[in-house]
Amino acid sequence: MSEDKLPESHGSAGQHEVATHGDPFADPGLPAHEPRRTDIDERAAKRAERQVSLMFVVSMLATVGFIASYVAIDADKIVYIFPLGHVSALNFALGLTLGVALFCIGAGAVHWARTLMSDHELPAERHPIEADDEVRADVIEQFKTGAAESGFGRRKMIRNTLIGSMALVPLSGVVLLRDLGPLPEDKLQHTGWDLATPEHPLPLVNMNTNKPMKAEDIVVGSLTFAKPEGLEEDDEFFQQQIAKDALMLVRIAPENIKDKDSAELGFEGILAYSKICTHVGCPISLYEQQTHHALCPCHQSTFDLADGARVIFGPAGHPLPQLKITTNEEGFLVATGDFAEPVGPSFWERS
Amino acid sequence: MKKLSARRRHPLAALVVLLLALAATGGLYAAFAPAEKAQADTAAQSLAIDEGKKLFAVGCSSCHGLNGEGSSDGPSLVGVGSAAVDFQVATGRMPAQQPGAQVPKKKNIYSQHEIDQLAAFVASLGPGPVAPTEKQYTSTNPDDVAAGGELFRTNCAQCHNFAGQGGALTQGKYAPSLEGVDAKHIYEAMQTGPQNMPSFPDTTMPEEQKRQIVAFVRHLDEEPNPGGLTLGSLGPVTEGLFGWIFGLGVLIAVAIWVAAHTTKARKS
Repeated sequence: MSEDKLPESHGSAGQHEVATHGDPFADPGLPAHEPRRTDIDERAAKRAERQVSLMFVVSMLATVGFIASYVAIDADKIVYIFPLGHVSALNFALGLTLGVALFCIGAGAVHWARTLMSDHELPAERHPIEADDEVRADVIEQFKTGAAESGFGRRKMIRNTLIGSMALVPLSGVVLLRDLGPLPEDKLQHTGWDLATPEHPLPLVNMNTNKPMKAEDIVVGSLTFAKPEGLEEDDEFFQQQIAKDALMLVRIAPENIKDKDSAELGFEGILAYSKICTHVGCPISLYEQQTHHALCPCHQSTFDLADGARVIFGPAGHPLPQLKITTNEEGFLVATGDFAEPVGPSFWERS
Repeated sequence: MKKLSARRRHPLAALVVLLLALAATGGLYAAFAPAEKAQADTAAQSLAIDEGKKLFAVGCSSCHGLNGEGSSDGPSLVGVGSAAVDFQVATGRMPAQQPGAQVPKKKNIYSQHEIDQLAAFVASLGPGPVAPTEKQYTSTNPDDVAAGGELFRTNCAQCHNFAGQGGALTQGKYAPSLEGVDAKHIYEAMQTGPQNMPSFPDTTMPEEQKRQIVAFVRHLDEEPNPGGLTLGSLGPVTEGLFGWIFGLGVLIAVAIWVAAHTTKARKS
């Protein structure tokens, strides 16, 4: 950048070049600095100072009000405030006071900066990013000297071990991550239904009534949620367990079931599918009883429960796993084994 | 007595005797005959069925067939029961205004009396869920709201949203909002599974649990707002939209305003 283009060469503000016929691209320079009222009028400056201080004081008062309302207002108190309707007095007071406290600090700071802080225009020059040739040549020279002195290129053993050690260091991070917990091992492959065997079938328990169900309880067009017998809501790991075990039971008129294998896994048209979406594991039970489609609310994966829960839309990669069910001698619905494939989202080892 | 006997040959005397005899027989019958209320009800019932059949022929038969046997335009109504008729007609869903993915709720054009007659006719086609009485869907126990909330989140929230605001289904279908829906109609919907909603029969969701769910849904309408805007209680979609447009938008506007104006003392 040549010297004559720098702004200071144009003198103080107001003395700029005017474009003439001979020089149409003259540098107009910076516009003249205009003083603010507070710069020239000491009374205005004092007033602005008082305004800023007032805002900070209001902020302080609002903070005190926040603490006071936290202490004083009963959490259950409901009051009527015009545009909002019936609202909690405590929430309203806390929100209002904290909002005012933060807003006044911000508004005060902005007002201070705009009226009282120096507002002289300062040109900041833009420099080329690269250093000049001399500096670059010097750095390259130093690098070469350093490389030669270290013998990096000559002593291959040092070089190779250095590369090896650098490559291995990230492994310590992997070890630290491993500390986050034991590997899931085969926990993803099994659910609570794996307690069931053909010799000791496991009854299906209705999530609503907590009782086993008979086949005739499930009518065509109905939707029922089930869990394995023995899993109680009071159990310590109930939530982890139900996230894998949850079943949805639908009954489809046998002539409407398109998939033969699926019909065989069910019992007289009653089909038991995992409730967990095979995409990222949302609970999926938006069941449409006329189309037999089940929709996942997260990413709109759609499964056709009449056709072996085939994916007909959306990102899910697998059909919903189906549980083989039958009835025991007393007529209650039972499962005779675990799902044939893991429930829920895909993972690396999933077949 | 003389007066009476003097007129015994009057041309109308036989008629008067006949009327007296009939009144006496009827009165004695009413007084002594076994009270067969059921028989009287059946008569009223069959009258309602007849009336219902006429209404059905006018309003419903073009899709469901003259005897509710169904056609290519509408399903068979054999075995749907009176609860389904009461729900569909009283919420204005039936008669449908046009075929499509979903039949929306609209203004009901039938009186409750006519709906009962239609329901009686459809119920006579085959056994099905019976429309509930007020006692069945009116909860008196305040604990029912909490229990109903649990059941609602297990069985209903996936489609109707945790605050009963409804939500989208596939291909233009949707689960409607439950706001302001009559307690009876909520109960009937669970019983019968209208349109694409699955049914929740008494065998898998006993009557008491349906009553609890109704209590919870009614409570959703009545509960006071604990503060702030609900934004439709739709969850992250409306909240995110509000945050981006009103929160960030206002911040950007303020930043532009702060940067664009300085308080110069204008030349004047």
